[in-house]
Amino acid sequence: MAAQHLLRDAIPDDNFIRLAPEALECLMPMFLWLSPSGHIRAVGATLRKLLGGADPTGLRFLEVFHIRRPRHASTMDDVMRLAGTRLHLQLRIRPQTGFRGIAVPLADGQGALVNLSFGIEVAEAVRAHDLTDADFAPTDLTVEMLYLAEAKSAVMTELHDLNRRLQLAKSEAEEQALTDTLTGLGNRRKMDTVIDRLILSGVAFGLMHVDLDFFKQVNDTLGHAAGDHVLQCVSRVLRAETRTGDTVARVGGDEFVLIFPGLAQTERLATIAERIIQTLAQPFYFEGKACRVSASIGMNVSTQYDPPQPDRMLSDADRALYASKYGGRSRATAYSPDLDLPDIVPAG
Amino acid sequence: MHGLINRSIQSFLRDTYGAALWQNVALDARLGFDNFEAMLSYDDALTEAVLTSAANRLARPRDTLLEDMGTYLVSHPHLEPLRRLLRFGGVTFVDFLHSLDDLPSRGRLAVPELELPQLELVARSDHHFTLYCRGAGKGYGHVMVGVLRAMADDYGALVLLDYDGSDVAVETITINLLEHRFAAGRRFSLASHTGAL
Repeated sequence: MAAQHLLRDAIPDDNFIRLAPEALECLMPMFLWLSPSGHIRAVGATLRKLLGGADPTGLRFLEVFHIRRPRHASTMDDVMRLAGTRLHLQLRIRPQTGFRGIAVPLADGQGALVNLSFGIEVAEAVRAHDLTDADFAPTDLTVEMLYLAEAKSAVMTELHDLNRRLQLAKSEAEEQALTDTLTGLGNRRKMDTVIDRLILSGVAFGLMHVDLDFFKQVNDTLGHAAGDHVLQCVSRVLRAETRTGDTVARVGGDEFVLIFPGLAQTERLATIAERIIQTLAQPFYFEGKACRVSASIGMNVSTQYDPPQPDRMLSDADRALYASKYGGRSRATAYSPDLDLPDIVPAG
Repeated sequence: MHGLINRSIQSFLRDTYGAALWQNVALDARLGFDNFEAMLSYDDALTEAVLTSAANRLARPRDTLLEDMGTYLVSHPHLEPLRRLLRFGGVTFVDFLHSLDDLPSRGRLAVPELELPQLELVARSDHHFTLYCRGAGKGYGHVMVGVLRAMADDYGALVLLDYDGSDVAVETITINLLEHRFAAGRRFSLASHTGAL
């Protein structure tokens, strides 16, 4: 047993270390001196503090502490058999602080000496028992460990903050890269991203290509400021007429693409398109002057394709749009393979 | 220079003289950004530019600015975690003085790439000490004077400090401890009250 080499039968008198409990306490403020019967004869100052200041002498060691590892001990003999091995103990009273410990037998069957230290939950114990630097032996590294834990947590806080700021900057940069600055709508890149993602995840969707009629006239007659104002008003209308999860992107000077995830029925798209056309038929006012535009719309749904390809869907929606334009403007046309296209279809 | 040190200088200038002063210093020093990040490293020239620009703007000698920064590091509520870490150095001010030799190692334990000056304390008697401050750039000695003054306050000790920077390689601080327990000092408990451990 581990205990055997710790107990020698004959120790010459001049080879004894004789220490007063006060000197022992200086070295090990968490020592316990146990009598052969397993009763506490003396304890170090820090342990006294942990036990709530009550004098533990005369109490049975195992009534105060519970030895949990390497195995349960219920008698002093059990304790002696565990001498020299690392013990995991726990206070029986609250807050049931955990300890590591080691017991060594005293010469001539005079009982045992036990020394304790805190385990990994040292910070908890320090808080629970309000311990100070003076409660630890000068050789004990516990205070350094507390220092390290606190230093690391300060550094981690800084790193965490830095990560948060970088994350924010990243998403802002991404957002800007996908946003049209005049209207706050998505841009062409945003549109591409959304369509790619929908196709990749196999979600059916509808899209509309919206082109403003007479926008050039507004710009030419009332100036660019009026044109910009109209674009901002149109953006608000388009956003108001779509759902939260839909995407509205400005993809050209006066061209917009609307994407409707999960909405691939032409009739429902047509209803929305009709509302948009009606609303945009009302004039906007800029510095008291009426700006009149209208909207032509081409619609398309992903369920017509297997598999859907972004470029084809968009160019087919474009053909439907031109069908609307040449059919007299202020109208919406749904693309289908048998769509009757007008004679003049602009390239691109 | 490590971001922690640059960030400290920034916090000192901003908390003491206001956000506008810091903005101007950052512009003068041509940083190209508004804030130092504590966990990144920067060219030493930037630190120098910030200190020079701050001294010019405030029309104050660089040395006293550095000393004030040392005091700020210990006493400003924003930097309470730093004060706590310093207080881990010892139970009394003299304990703390004797822990100064370990300061660079303590710093590295928390932030491995942090370079602090090499410190050496020599006890001339029970109340008379000399602190030698070497390497990591001239001027740390002034910061240390500020730190020591504030730490003495923190422990409630009364000290006289004297700075000698005449040697190129080493800054010398003489510490005269007039009284151990002159005032109550500030409380320090091992357990962090934030529960952040």
